[in-house]
Amino acid sequence: MGAVVTVSGLNIVAATRFGDMAIVKDLNFRIAPGEVLALIGESGSGKTTTALALMGYARHGCRISGGSIRIGDTEVLALASAEQRALRGRTVAYIAQSAAASFNPSRTIMDQVVEPALIHALMTRKEAESKAVALFRELALPDPDTIGSRYPHQVSGGQLQRLMAAMALITDPELVILDEPTTALDVTTQIEVLRAFRRVVRERRATAVYVSHDLAVVAQMADHILVLRDGAMRELGPTEQIIEAPANDYTRSLLAAAQPKTRDAGQASSAADARPLLEVTGLSAGYGPKDKNGQPATLILQDIDLKLYRGQAIGVIGESGSGKTTLARAVAGLIAPAQGNIVFDGRELGSTLNERPKEDLRRIQIVFQMADTALNPSQTIERILARPLQFYKGLRGAALQARIAQLLDLVQLPAALAQRLPGGLSGGQKQRVNLARALAAEPDLILCDEVTSALDTVVGAAVLDLMAQLRRELGVSYLFISHDLHTVRSVCDEIVVMQHGRKLAQVARVDFERGPHHPYYELLARSVPELRRGWLDDVPAAVAA
Amino acid sequence: MNDSTLTLAAPPRRVRRRVNTLALLSAAVLLFWLVAAVVGPSLMNQGGGAMGEAAVFAPISTAHWFGTDFLGRDVLARVVQGTRYTVGVALSATLLASGLGTLLALLAAASGRWLDAVLSRAIDTLTSVPGKMFALIMVAAFGSSMPTLVLTAAIIYLPGAYRIARSLAVNIDAMDYVTVARTRGEGRLYIMLHEILPNIVGPMLADLGLRFVYVVLLLASLSFLGLGVQPPAADWGSLVRENIGGLPLGSAAVIMPALAIASLTIAVNLLIDNLPGRSARGDH
Repeated sequence: MGAVVTVSGLNIVAATRFGDMAIVKDLNFRIAPGEVLALIGESGSGKTTTALALMGYARHGCRISGGSIRIGDTEVLALASAEQRALRGRTVAYIAQSAAASFNPSRTIMDQVVEPALIHALMTRKEAESKAVALFRELALPDPDTIGSRYPHQVSGGQLQRLMAAMALITDPELVILDEPTTALDVTTQIEVLRAFRRVVRERRATAVYVSHDLAVVAQMADHILVLRDGAMRELGPTEQIIEAPANDYTRSLLAAAQPKTRDAGQASSAADARPLLEVTGLSAGYGPKDKNGQPATLILQDIDLKLYRGQAIGVIGESGSGKTTLARAVAGLIAPAQGNIVFDGRELGSTLNERPKEDLRRIQIVFQMADTALNPSQTIERILARPLQFYKGLRGAALQARIAQLLDLVQLPAALAQRLPGGLSGGQKQRVNLARALAAEPDLILCDEVTSALDTVVGAAVLDLMAQLRRELGVSYLFISHDLHTVRSVCDEIVVMQHGRKLAQVARVDFERGPHHPYYELLARSVPELRRGWLDDVPAAVAA
Repeated sequence: MNDSTLTLAAPPRRVRRRVNTLALLSAAVLLFWLVAAVVGPSLMNQGGGAMGEAAVFAPISTAHWFGTDFLGRDVLARVVQGTRYTVGVALSATLLASGLGTLLALLAAASGRWLDAVLSRAIDTLTSVPGKMFALIMVAAFGSSMPTLVLTAAIIYLPGAYRIARSLAVNIDAMDYVTVARTRGEGRLYIMLHEILPNIVGPMLADLGLRFVYVVLLLASLSFLGLGVQPPAADWGSLVRENIGGLPLGSAAVIMPALAIASLTIAVNLLIDNLPGRSARGDH
């Protein structure tokens, strides 16, 4: 049974070199026993900082500067640090985003799941283990009796996330904090984890705080939603009200970004131009040493056919491990195909980078998912953008400067940014620079690998808008790789569905909403959380199984 | 995220000035020793080898600022003369070891598996030869001269520098921006020097500072075995060693060369840690 949680006047500051900077400002809320409150906002909005503060914990360099947090009858902030330690894992439990990073890989799962109970000396090891098995069963984990003896790498990501919930719940905490627990999971896995979480939270009537940036997921889990921005509360209300009738402008913009929307990008010139820009036939590729038949040890892609016409955008969708990124790498020339060929604009492409002439390399550009690792941190934006211009076109002096300014303008970035290092840019800005660098080569085809996955919903939507606009204006084609069906639907003319390295289906835009489709496409489509209450209950059980 | 953006926008003045003072101070110490190495010996009116009328292990006086050593020689003159060996041999050996090690590491990381394997195994073989033994053989074969000592120390410390640089470079090589440069069609040299090198230079400089200390110690121990700088010339390490008998007497002859070593190594490390731009780039 959960406790009442009351937070009043909570202020958290970060110590910077020029004094304290407020990162959570005067937050007040109350959670009734057994209710779930969602904290929602963009990255940097202070939602995780707030959640951690409920345990009396502030991250390194941060300090809780004022306010009160009461869990039941305990004033958390008044406790000595030893008492706070006794509180954590016992009264308040925390479930982190990445279970894979939170488990110790060299100890068995059972050792780690029973640890909170043993640390707080609540029960003997034997009792703890039998309780853990009961929890495994409750969380719908396979082989509940024996799964505890496995090591973390021997179970799947979705299972690990549920095992982490078992670890949190073993002490029967009065407050459970779930910090983006399903963000790192595939949509189909997300459903089973959400279901398991909701069941245990409801059955135990635990008070819970659910931190997320995804409104659709939150709508399934929470009774109340608190919208945060820049550390301040924008809106607090029951879930229905926030979704149906948001009072705050910012909440509206969040909702608008979460709504599926089609970005019109002009029609591909497939009829006029009978020759496809990119034609992939019978492509197989993989990693590892090749055997005598020329087959690599681990075959990732098998027998892929794909046609892409000039100006067209094709989405490639699949879960992690489906081979969609490998497809992009093969087209880019980063791995050599084992079989099949790639024809670009009527000519066959070399299988590796060394075999491709510079002109072919220029015409295909790749944009990566993590803008952080895609920009060299020691080069200014100007230098990053200048290099392809110098390299392909030999631009210099004023012409180079003019083109850099033009490119920055094209991706809607201020020209003043040119002198900055990537470290001084936000995630969305970095992704725009990333796009600008690809555009600098004036390519015919841009390979986009999960370009919006690491971005907040609002920022991601803006980047997608930009990409659609660029396609309209410049006529570039995209091969758009994503695990998110919403994203792909909104920018692509056709969708290629991949699973286990094979192409299962290809769906044209006119048929997105019309069936019947390949069952796996249907499954993916149904697994995307919808922004309405009760969606989780409506999803057929077959999907979750 | 937020605070780093703000820091870049307006660097706090107080901190910036303190960092620069430290860098300037250590640069001044380094410059002082470099000047001493070049022009020092000609400025000293007494030859370092002259055994004056002064007593053995004499304390600090106006005639002998650093006292005298175990043969009654002026320690100041000996230290200034030793600068040439310590700074010359140790610094050039360190620069050679770190520079060559980094370059080979970049080549290994940016090239294919074959070159990487060949280079790495060849350098691993070097590691398996004990450093002191190797130095012994080198000196026995080629005689003790400054070029031999520089080369010997450089070869002994190259594998370590290579190892560290390679592991850093391999990590950078896996970054998406290097992949982007590859798909752009960039050559190996561009990737080595423009994409990878700037991102490993911070840690490599820190490593260079440490490596310098080791080379000074190696030279001192070689001198102890009589294989390093040959008497009557002496580097700082051998000055400490030959005057060790003055330690119970509290003689300045032991302390002064030791202080010289300390000031040089600390200055090199402080300077590297406070190089402008390092904090802005957020190196770790």
